[in-house]
Amino acid sequence: MLNDLKHHLREDKMSHILCPGCGHGTIMNALVHSIDELDLDKDKTVIVSGIGCSSRIPGYLNFNTLHTTHGRALAFATGIKLANPELKVIVITGDGDASAIGGNHLIHACRRNIDITTIIFNNNIYGMTSGQFSPMTPVGSYATTAPYGNIDRGFDLCNLAIGAGATYVARGTAYHVSMLTKLITEAVSSKGFSVVEAVSHCPTYYGRRNQLKDAVTMLEWQKDHAMPAKAFEKLPEEKTKGKFPIGVLHDKPAPEYCEEYQKIIDAQKEDN
Amino acid sequence: MQKNIKLMQGNEACVEGALAAGVTFFAGYPITPSTEIAEILAMRLPKIGGKFIQMEDEIAGMAATIGGSLAGHKSMTATSGPGLSLKQENFGYALMAEIPCVVVDVMRGGPSTGLPTATSQEDVMQARWGTHGDHAVIALAPYSVQDTYYTTIKAFNLAEKYSMPVLVLLDEVIGHMREKIEIPEKIEGIEPRKTPNGDKENYLPYEAAPDKGPILAPFGSGYRYHVTGLAHDFTGFPTTDAKKVKYLKDRLRDKVYKNLDDIVEVEEINTDDIDLLVVAYGSISRSAASAVEEAREAGLKVGLLRLKTIWPFADMYIDKYADKVKAMIVPEQNQGQIVYEVERVVAGRAKVYAENRYDGELMTPQQILDRVKEVYTNA
Ligand SMILES: Cc1ncc(C[n+]2csc(CCOP(=O)(O)OP(=O)(O)O)c2C)c(N)n1
Repeated sequence: MLNDLKHHLREDKMSHILCPGCGHGTIMNALVHSIDELDLDKDKTVIVSGIGCSSRIPGYLNFNTLHTTHGRALAFATGIKLANPELKVIVITGDGDASAIGGNHLIHACRRNIDITTIIFNNNIYGMTSGQFSPMTPVGSYATTAPYGNIDRGFDLCNLAIGAGATYVARGTAYHVSMLTKLITEAVSSKGFSVVEAVSHCPTYYGRRNQLKDAVTMLEWQKDHAMPAKAFEKLPEEKTKGKFPIGVLHDKPAPEYCEEYQKIIDAQKEDN
Repeated sequence: MQKNIKLMQGNEACVEGALAAGVTFFAGYPITPSTEIAEILAMRLPKIGGKFIQMEDEIAGMAATIGGSLAGHKSMTATSGPGLSLKQENFGYALMAEIPCVVVDVMRGGPSTGLPTATSQEDVMQARWGTHGDHAVIALAPYSVQDTYYTTIKAFNLAEKYSMPVLVLLDEVIGHMREKIEIPEKIEGIEPRKTPNGDKENYLPYEAAPDKGPILAPFGSGYRYHVTGLAHDFTGFPTTDAKKVKYLKDRLRDKVYKNLDDIVEVEEINTDDIDLLVVAYGSISRSAASAVEEAREAGLKVGLLRLKTIWPFADMYIDKYADKVKAMIVPEQNQGQIVYEVERVVAGRAKVYAENRYDGELMTPQQILDRVKEVYTNA
């Protein structure tokens, strides 16, 4: 089975940069399984990323790949998709990349509802630069730039994406791999802007500092704190305290940007 | 045959030039005094099956322009000083990843929000060094509406030829001034997007001779490769191998600096037998041209070197005149930027004087003429 997936990888570009126990590799694994299941045409698939550990992953994938600047992947991807809507465009981004420096681009990509899938590798920390807090770092956690505990309030990226107009929004975790694979598959198949927040873990820079001593402990944390979205919605607040919903959070089609633009072209084209 | 003569703004001529050069993709963010370029392209591009997108800011505008180019389109964006500042990060990316595209900067007074509707030439150094790190750039500066048309075409041609972003610097007054322009039926020598034709499996996107740009396949054409802003080798993948890094960085410089004859364009006006040379560009080169004419009529041996390519700098022309003249005057619509380049090349062989205006009003021929006379009598 695994051997059948190897053609999706650029094996000659490994070994990879990820640390032992990093959750990003598991999420990449889920993505590769989804791509395989969807049987995406390699020549017509573009994988775009920003800057960060997660954003180095496109380099290991055997597609058209574009490693851009910090936070800007979605803006590059928007140009590619609009220029050639035939291309399947997938964006890989970190929590810092997507929610801090790239937050504005995320909001507006959701709003336009352009047919791009974004997978946010959320390890609650800036991994690449060795452990500064990100907008996804929980209040009270420690980071190199929050040595006395983080006082910056975080926010729910999925709710943000829904509020901004993304048509498919889901959350998965590195622990629930088969569910994550299914969510990515659905996201890539759905037309419009789709977001999958993939909860990841960084034992090296987040775990060590926050009493989550290794990858196994961090995976167990994901298992214990994630709750299926359907159950989460039904329970009263005191029962969901400290937990987060996983699964499909929003799935509501809306006019897609490139299709709407094509209508303008069809109406305005000079040879009509 | 009837000539296609029109009255239009520099910004409109810029669009006409871009369309003649084959632009099919524009991404940008509105800013005075460049907005007409976006507005007209929003109208025109869908009519030819092209794409226009207004992004959330200039950072995104530059990024999407690069994306459009990677997907195979001739691609452009347009802005003014504050927006150019925001574009610089991804402009540097386009230099490093060698993505052909055109960036128009219609210059207004700065710094910061400055004088949004006033003419200036204050961005010439931002054009040169606005993005971080070592790099070579190409920046062109037209002096009339007609010249804006041809200069924009040239910018697209150079972008494709050297596989890099190319800047067009318009003084606000050039962008907004209306003048007569003749649009030719047919333009010769349009540089097409180059595409590889070799074996797809062994494609080396960034393999290029030491003084050339690469041939990058459009995404989706079957040549799969990796593009990054990290230092990379021929494969396009990151490398820290000192030899390979040096080859890349030398090539990024040399593809511009070893092709100066092809890139650098000037006009030498009244420059036979001169004691004094005026060096100017853009709108100010027109004030300078009338000043020089009047000075000639008054019997002064004065000539004008009009720079049409700002970067790479026209070293060879300044050098040629440095031994022949007693002095050079560099009038600029700023506090003095290009004058330092002139001083560098002249290296003490002649006196170099700056003449400036930066209060939002256009420098007049009289201001330049007065300075010419003053320098001439004292030289
Ligand atoms: C403009 C800019 N600012 C800052 C950086 C430094 N930087 C690189 S990656 C990164 C954070 C990455 O964190 P995240 O997006 O969460 O991804 P991870 O590495 O955790 O996967 C930062 C701040 C940069 N490369 N560019």
